[in-house]
Amino acid sequence: MIIDHPLLGPRDSSEFTYMGDAALIDRPDPEAEDAAQAFYEYAYLRDNPAGWHRELWFHEAGDRSWLVVTRNTLTHEISNVELARDVARSRGRSA
Amino acid sequence: MRMKTAAQKNRLQGGQIDRETELTFTFDGKRYRGHGGDTLASALLANGVRLMGRSFKYHRPRGPVSAGSEEPNALVELRSGDRQEPNTRATTAELFDGLQARSQNRLGSLSFDLLAVNDRLSNFLTAGFYYKTFMWPKAFWEKLYEPVIRRAAGLGSLSLREDPDVYDKGFLHCDLLVIGAGPAGLMAALTAARSGVDVILADEDFRMGGRLNAETLTIDAAPAADWAARTVAELADLPNVRLMPRTTVIGAFDHGIYGAVERVSDHLAAPQPDKPRQILWRIYTRRTVLAAGAIERPIAFQNNDRPGIMTASALRTYANRYGVAVDRRAMIFTNNDDGHRTAADLQAKGIKVIVADVRPETPRALDYEVLAGAQVTDTMGRLGLTFVKLQLADGSERMVECGALGVSGGWNPNVHMTCHHRGRPQWNERLAAFVPDSRPGGLPEGMTVAGAANGDFSTAAALEGGARAARAVLDLRGALPEIPKAEDRPVRLQPFWQVKGAGRAWIDQQNDVTVKDVTLSHQEGFRSVEHLKRYTTLGMATDQGKTANIGGLAIMAELAGKSIPEVGTTIFRPPYTPVAIGVLGGRHRGQQFHPKRLTPSHAWAQEQGAVFVEVGNWLRAQWFPRTGETTWRESVDREVLATRGSVGVCDVTTLGKVDVQGADAAEFLNRIYCNGFAKLPVGKTRYGLMLREDGIAMDDGTAARLAEDHFVVTTTTANALSVYRHMEFVRQCLVPDMDVQLISTTEAWAQFAVAGPKARRVLEKIVDQDISNDAFPFMACANVTVCGGLRARLFRISFSGELAYEIAVPTAYGDALIRRIMAAGAEFGITPYGTEALGVMRIEKGHAAGNELNGTTTALNLGMARMVSTKKDSIGAVLSRREGLNDPGGLRQVGIRPADRADQIPAGAHLMAATGPVDAAHDQGYVSSACYSPTLGHHIALAFLKNGANRLGETLRVVSPLTGVELAVEVCSPHFVDPEGDRLRA
Repeated sequence: MIIDHPLLGPRDSSEFTYMGDAALIDRPDPEAEDAAQAFYEYAYLRDNPAGWHRELWFHEAGDRSWLVVTRNTLTHEISNVELARDVARSRGRSA
Repeated sequence: MRMKTAAQKNRLQGGQIDRETELTFTFDGKRYRGHGGDTLASALLANGVRLMGRSFKYHRPRGPVSAGSEEPNALVELRSGDRQEPNTRATTAELFDGLQARSQNRLGSLSFDLLAVNDRLSNFLTAGFYYKTFMWPKAFWEKLYEPVIRRAAGLGSLSLREDPDVYDKGFLHCDLLVIGAGPAGLMAALTAARSGVDVILADEDFRMGGRLNAETLTIDAAPAADWAARTVAELADLPNVRLMPRTTVIGAFDHGIYGAVERVSDHLAAPQPDKPRQILWRIYTRRTVLAAGAIERPIAFQNNDRPGIMTASALRTYANRYGVAVDRRAMIFTNNDDGHRTAADLQAKGIKVIVADVRPETPRALDYEVLAGAQVTDTMGRLGLTFVKLQLADGSERMVECGALGVSGGWNPNVHMTCHHRGRPQWNERLAAFVPDSRPGGLPEGMTVAGAANGDFSTAAALEGGARAARAVLDLRGALPEIPKAEDRPVRLQPFWQVKGAGRAWIDQQNDVTVKDVTLSHQEGFRSVEHLKRYTTLGMATDQGKTANIGGLAIMAELAGKSIPEVGTTIFRPPYTPVAIGVLGGRHRGQQFHPKRLTPSHAWAQEQGAVFVEVGNWLRAQWFPRTGETTWRESVDREVLATRGSVGVCDVTTLGKVDVQGADAAEFLNRIYCNGFAKLPVGKTRYGLMLREDGIAMDDGTAARLAEDHFVVTTTTANALSVYRHMEFVRQCLVPDMDVQLISTTEAWAQFAVAGPKARRVLEKIVDQDISNDAFPFMACANVTVCGGLRARLFRISFSGELAYEIAVPTAYGDALIRRIMAAGAEFGITPYGTEALGVMRIEKGHAAGNELNGTTTALNLGMARMVSTKKDSIGAVLSRREGLNDPGGLRQVGIRPADRADQIPAGAHLMAATGPVDAAHDQGYVSSACYSPTLGHHIALAFLKNGANRLGETLRVVSPLTGVELAVEVCSPHFVDPEGDRLRA
């Protein structure tokens, strides 16, 4: 596969490490009342869709960016590649 | 002196062979002659050899069925010694002088194979035979059935020696990849190349031109093969074209990446110096034209597998391209007009031909006999075809004496590569064949199919199709290039799959699958095409059923009362043809299997005669043997005692190092470590434990605060990469606005541990500042200089439990530093120690390492529960508080020692009560690390024991059923040496 890195352009997928569902960005609030249940779901319950999936890829043999790659797991078509940091900010994460 | 060889009795005039070059080769030890441009199969056939192997299951005599890579039968062992290679297709193996080939899968000689008895037992050896027969008694399978079956079945044999050849991997980029250099591929490449784009044209054959080399057709009124040669020459002259003959494109992968195997040296006795045998290319292309041609399919009839029976087009190829008559008397059995083309070509070469055409209406033939409405009902000839038995249209029988029978059941477009992205081919009624699914999304993205592979079987259609495909796929403007004039005959065919009869009719010759097996599969309910395949093994041989699958589908369709497209096809998967494992490995074998990382002190350690061990990709000194030491234990015991008694030094560069800088650096460490770092003063180091988000311990190490906004974090050697990845994940994905930057500096700093009561005395001579206990106490850290000005980092941390320092200098100075340390320590008898002594000392001290941080243990298990701060958020903190991970009776790390101090405790052993049953239900825990402690004079171990913290002093049993060990042990503190830590702080 070829991943179109937002900063570096098209790169071979062998340069990357895969970590699955990009929902890992949405780490629950540890102070919340239901934190235990929320973290349980966060850590163990992931979607594994046949079709479009937003997933995390790490450019380990490159610039060390974490990317959010929107990929169709049936066809391997990639429709969007974003810097995970930008996605995290847009999901309300800060520090 | 020339060795005596037989004449090439079946060699004809003409063809694309080089008659000036005479090549000598052997088959089963007998010498033959052939010519340049021959394949092993064509040369053997020219010498009258039709029998080339024995079948897989029944050991039936077999000869080639094809003249190409689809060959199911003619598999031979090539070469000898280290280069012996089994299961090579004689139909594609290029002949070279001195080639040695042997038939395979026989017991005895090829003409008298003792295992041919299987053929007599064929009534029992039907589909599912193995599943049904060798089930009972169970113990017999491993001891008796399997070895015997493996001996009897199977294909060629391996040399079991190291492959002496080199294989390479390479990367290529182009705008257009053209697969197949027949008429469609050549026109596609020409059209694209003339427009100026970068083109790669790959063909598995050593001579480009595809079927044009095997036909008597004309293009622009000249022989088609000449047009092909001219076109190839034109392409070769263009700077934007790369011609890749002898290159099989093996698969269409994602996003325009194709795999291809180039056989650089297989046509030579041995690779030339500095040349690889084969190259695995990864081709990145924007667009692809697949022009893979078509494969002729057989018709099933009784005893259709005798040597001499092959596809009609194979007979034609051998005659036209190689100048070879399989026999001087030939029959053609056909259901379509193309069979007559073969008949005409053979007749023109002086071969006597009779055609049996299943159709009542046949083309008018001028000079050979045509039997309309006739069918082949049986054949004779023990080791090769001698007679063909026909049933004529009027029901009468006729015997025809001949040694060659060409069968034509029509042509199948070669759709293999169109299906690599799960595309399903579509049924075409007119051709009675599957064609590529050209609807949107049906083909791999960027691929267009042209020529016979697309169902355009005439030469004119192929030429035009190739040009149009290139133009369309590259979106070229302007007029089509001029298309050369060529034949444009329509396909006329009457679908016909099998001659009904009582005897055995083969469908898949390589796996010995007959019509009867398909019938049985249907009777027993294995009717889906995927079940049919697995129950009968149809299409599962090394040829993937290229000539066989369609026949099996057609017969299953007939039995099931369905149409062929309703039955469907199985999925085609890469590789297109078998690939040598060697080329997939490339140069990554032996010492080059993975990169080798050397520590900065490697050269010095080698000088000391160190024994090295692989740790990840690193080579680390394991111990340093001295003269007179006969076992590794002697060396390790000495290194431990010398370090604890005076001073030792160890290269610890391999531990991961991550530089953490920024205003939020402390807050960031607070997040990734379960314990707190915000209040760590500058100039201090702290032990840190990282958890995974599920609450399990991930890694441990130290973080040294060199400045308010600067920490140096260490990780274990094994987890250096994954911890860094995790830290970047937290930084970028969870705390994107923290002011913190990370960089891995593992390779940037050479780091040595100097440990032992005399460690300070040694380093005082190296470090340019005061390192007394007051100035530089336990857990201190600082940027310092050494040896009169070289920048360095000094940490007062200890893994061994002794007064110890770790000192780091830029990597380039690592070798110099170890030599300085050794010189400075000479007066104290400084002793280099390796990873074994390091391990012994950390077990003696009760420090956790990889065996304890094993992916199943929590801080609580490790006895570090109080480290998990409840005052702040950190990765893994919430889930570490789960009830299930906080069982008061759960596993706790303890020390154990043998009740009889002479006993040795095996690592991995389990703990059981002193008496009672030994089984999983009574399991009390397990031994994680064990060693001999030279300090204590007996074996010790670390273990995880249920409720361990409250069981100190208990006597338990350690059991290892694997090694037969069962012995009494005492539970004790894991801190065997200096539990109060006085030595650390000295």
